[in-house]
Amino acid sequence: MSYETDITRIETIVVELERSEVPLDDALRLFEEGIERLRTASAALVQAEARVRKLIEESDGGFTLADFES
Amino acid sequence: MKRGNRRPAPRAEPLDLQLFPLGEPSRSYGPRGVVAPVAGVIEIPGASPASAISVELITQQAKAIIEGAFPRLWIRGEISDFKTYRSGHWYFCLRGASAQLKCVMFASDQRGVPAVPEDGMQVVVLGQPTVYPAQGVFQCTVTALEAVGDGLWRKALDEATARLRADGLLEPSRKRAIPRFPRRVAVITSPDGAAFHDIIAVMQRRCPTVEIVLVPAKVQGEGAPADLARAIDCVMRWGAVDTVIIGRGGGAREDLWAFNSEAVARALAACTIPTISAVGHEVDVTLCDLVADHRAATPSAAAEAAVPVLAEVRAEAVSMLFALREALVRQVQRRRDRVERVARDLRHGVARGAERRSARVTAIAGRLNALSPLATLARGYAVARDESGVTLGSTSDFAPARDFDLLLRDGSVRATTRSVHPAPGTTDENT
Repeated sequence: MSYETDITRIETIVVELERSEVPLDDALRLFEEGIERLRTASAALVQAEARVRKLIEESDGGFTLADFES
Repeated sequence: MKRGNRRPAPRAEPLDLQLFPLGEPSRSYGPRGVVAPVAGVIEIPGASPASAISVELITQQAKAIIEGAFPRLWIRGEISDFKTYRSGHWYFCLRGASAQLKCVMFASDQRGVPAVPEDGMQVVVLGQPTVYPAQGVFQCTVTALEAVGDGLWRKALDEATARLRADGLLEPSRKRAIPRFPRRVAVITSPDGAAFHDIIAVMQRRCPTVEIVLVPAKVQGEGAPADLARAIDCVMRWGAVDTVIIGRGGGAREDLWAFNSEAVARALAACTIPTISAVGHEVDVTLCDLVADHRAATPSAAAEAAVPVLAEVRAEAVSMLFALREALVRQVQRRRDRVERVARDLRHGVARGAERRSARVTAIAGRLNALSPLATLARGYAVARDESGVTLGSTSDFAPARDFDLLLRDGSVRATTRSVHPAPGTTDENT
């Protein structure tokens, strides 16, 4: 699930909640989903600094990431 | 002037007979072309009708001399009579203002020429002047050809662009959006180039949480297009990345040329991951730039396009949280408002209903009142009734000396009938 998808979904939820004819149960469920997605999306915002890596293709067709020494 | 595929050796082939052995001092000939017999023994070939030499010999010798006299050199001129033979070899004339030189360029030497030259093009060729014995012509075997200016490069680019366009690869509708907040960005470039270091610097400044993955590739020189195409394919098969940047820093046109390779452009167009192309500087637009989802003017600009500023994303997440909360609060508020509205309406309804009912009662009472005989009495009329309360409405109900009651507005009066006088033509008349 990408950040993009989460944020777009949250935007949809906000629009949905703006509409008055949402039953209260649905409104609460939408709100909870929005908060959950926001939590997922925000997880990437607080992780440690990522390193620079180098893609290496193995002879068996697999891939590994090695640290890149500049 | 058609000839076979066989390339002439760059140097003279060994001859059975040397007409003019190279390196030896030249001889002197007599006025009739006959060398004075040396010691009466040796007769120079071709010096007399008897010693006439073959055409092969003279042309082979001319070839050896010409090739020996000139190294490979650059010659400039205008192309004319350009023809491509079925063998793939090119034949053309190189013209000056008042001279021309026949030239041949073999298919195997054409690889470095970006596009097929055309008549009228100003070019410089690297060639070995020689003689072609089979046709007895002085010509030049060309191994490199460059247009003066960017004529050939432009032509090659235009042709490749047209092919990509014909295949729909330049359609604006093909362009995908670049993920706004990728977790991982692959960079196809040279590990040694300044471009990669610029990209790392910009990306780490803007968004240090994004992982940068270098996919090393040769970006210039022999084999660069194939290596770039391989790297694109490699990233695609790996797939664990959100965005791909392909590019290099600025350089000479030849250095950027791998990014104008049709094969690289097609590989990039086929890439399933959104692509950003950043080749050279602002002015350099390559085929890769045309097919990529996003074209960045420089590698630094590519890095800016690939990742957002982390602080801005964080701010956005916070505002999202507020928006969510506010939306929910408004939901609840709207409900409270509605309940209050309904309650108010209900109260009003009850009140209005009571009013309506009371008005109705009044109306009915009024109507009842109007119909009541008491109202008639109130207006001054009287009603006659007998002892049992039956209304006496006609003269026939009365008999002389009969007692009856007169009901008035404020009570009743006992009365006695003295006489009865029915009106003519009527039998029913109130008293």
